[in-house]
Amino acid sequence: MYLYDSPAETAAMLESIGAASIEELFRAIPSELRLDRTLDIPGPLGELELTRHVAGLAGRNLDANRAICFLGAGSYDHFVPSVVDMVASRSEFYTSYTPYQPEVSQGNLQVMFEYQTLICDLTGMDVSNASLYEGGSATIEAILMAMSATRRHGKVVMLRSVHPEYRQIARTYLRPHDVELVELGWAVDGRADLQQAAERIDESTACLVIQHPNFFGALEPVRELVDAAHGAGALVVHVFDPISLGILRRPGDVGADIAVAEGQSLGTPMLYGGPYLGILACRETFLRRLPGRIAGQTVDRRGKRCWVLTLQTREQHIRREKATSNICTNQGLFALRAAVYLALMGPHGLREAARQCLFKARAALESLAGDATLSRRFDAPFFKEFAVRDGTGDVAGRLERAKAEGVLAGVPLGTWYPELEDSFLVAVTEKRTADDIDAWSNALRGSS
Amino acid sequence: MTPEDLLYDETHEWVRLENEAGQKMATVGITDFAVEQLTDLVYLDLPEVGSQVTAGEEFGEVESVKAVSPLYSPVTGEVVAVHSELCDNPKTLSQDPYGEGWLIKVRVTDETSLSRLLDAAAYQKQREGEA
Repeated sequence: MYLYDSPAETAAMLESIGAASIEELFRAIPSELRLDRTLDIPGPLGELELTRHVAGLAGRNLDANRAICFLGAGSYDHFVPSVVDMVASRSEFYTSYTPYQPEVSQGNLQVMFEYQTLICDLTGMDVSNASLYEGGSATIEAILMAMSATRRHGKVVMLRSVHPEYRQIARTYLRPHDVELVELGWAVDGRADLQQAAERIDESTACLVIQHPNFFGALEPVRELVDAAHGAGALVVHVFDPISLGILRRPGDVGADIAVAEGQSLGTPMLYGGPYLGILACRETFLRRLPGRIAGQTVDRRGKRCWVLTLQTREQHIRREKATSNICTNQGLFALRAAVYLALMGPHGLREAARQCLFKARAALESLAGDATLSRRFDAPFFKEFAVRDGTGDVAGRLERAKAEGVLAGVPLGTWYPELEDSFLVAVTEKRTADDIDAWSNALRGSS
Repeated sequence: MTPEDLLYDETHEWVRLENEAGQKMATVGITDFAVEQLTDLVYLDLPEVGSQVTAGEEFGEVESVKAVSPLYSPVTGEVVAVHSELCDNPKTLSQDPYGEGWLIKVRVTDETSLSRLLDAAAYQKQREGEA
């Protein structure tokens, strides 16, 4: 809401603080840094005109409801059942998502507890926190946990097939730490190079960070990677795709120590990039190092079931400078959406969503067969995402022309990987129909 | 309670010194005064066998329901034993801080680090001042 000050109110406020003019309040700012004219803002509009104007601007966005969306690379167009919005839009939840007096907010605490329980079931891990902000910050929090748990500050080893922005966040966070961040390339088929991994992980390595399925959609040799890390006493941070766990083994079942994910796929639309949901779960051994909130279940003095925030001594407001994380809150509304989504889908629903992703992604890839200019970039088995090489080299042009036909056909990989300038990444979710896949294939081919 | 046969650090750790094959071995714990101040203990974070500790520097943490407090080593040396069962059962520490509540055993590598420790009378005086 915009509150307008009348000249009389301005004068009264100036008098109250003993200033002669508003100008005087800005005198400390050197004149060369100041704008010496008024802002160039168009005149006022009536409500109806303003609504039309803004709707016109919004209409220039091409969103996943209007375009056919094959974009992925960390943010996915999965189905969001309307029950999720129905529950999350209840004002009891959306007006109170940050409980400052937590025990008063039993409903919120119950949601956190149920979210944690669902995440533990989903990942096969012992404990989950009540969520973090998004996948990238969850990844670095897991790395910091590993450094603290192993008391190793020599190296952090990450595969370059982990989301490039998560790696960038890790670099930023680790800058003030005296630790070497080692990045390992991929083998010819797009999966981890096991020999290289075995060579580079050593006694000074706190953890190995893998993403499975990796950024290119490829399924990593997880067990071999886990063995290589554990053999050197390093922990494994496993970045997973929540939907993939409908058909893939859970991080806890393949030996990962800390499992992290971007939780957007669980009941939240793409939202032009956020806000999203950071998932972080681990083995019980690391419970005391788990950042953020944890809700626990107990009984009140009358013996009735209730919920509390627990293990708070881990947190920054109690541990002060000794805390391993500065995170004391959680992404309440999005954790709620994830909890509703998972509860609604159940193991069978999640399996069905994952199977559809798997089959449709294969159908999409097969629809490109016979086009001499488009080929698969990596041969490794994949889940719902795969990289395509454009033989003409004009990835940007091809994607732009597809967009003109209403198809968001893929994400150019050259954005992050100079050596993959000729390739783009394609994600196929359960929402894509046979018609969508035809339209996508035709848009890509037609423009070649 | 301040047992006469122990040495103490200002930060409320106690040391029991023993000679073993010509070397000084130190058993380290925290005093009943420290335990009382910390209130309900819930968790302990102790070092690994083989790690080095330095007099006056932190070697672990003790967690109560309200706070996490550092544990400072009263001696310099190598950790040869860790009372790890205590981590899951810190009540033992509250019940018997000078006996079953011991934390670590250290092979002292720098005996000059011992000269800064207090005897029972000096420590008793200090804790009366703080109480």
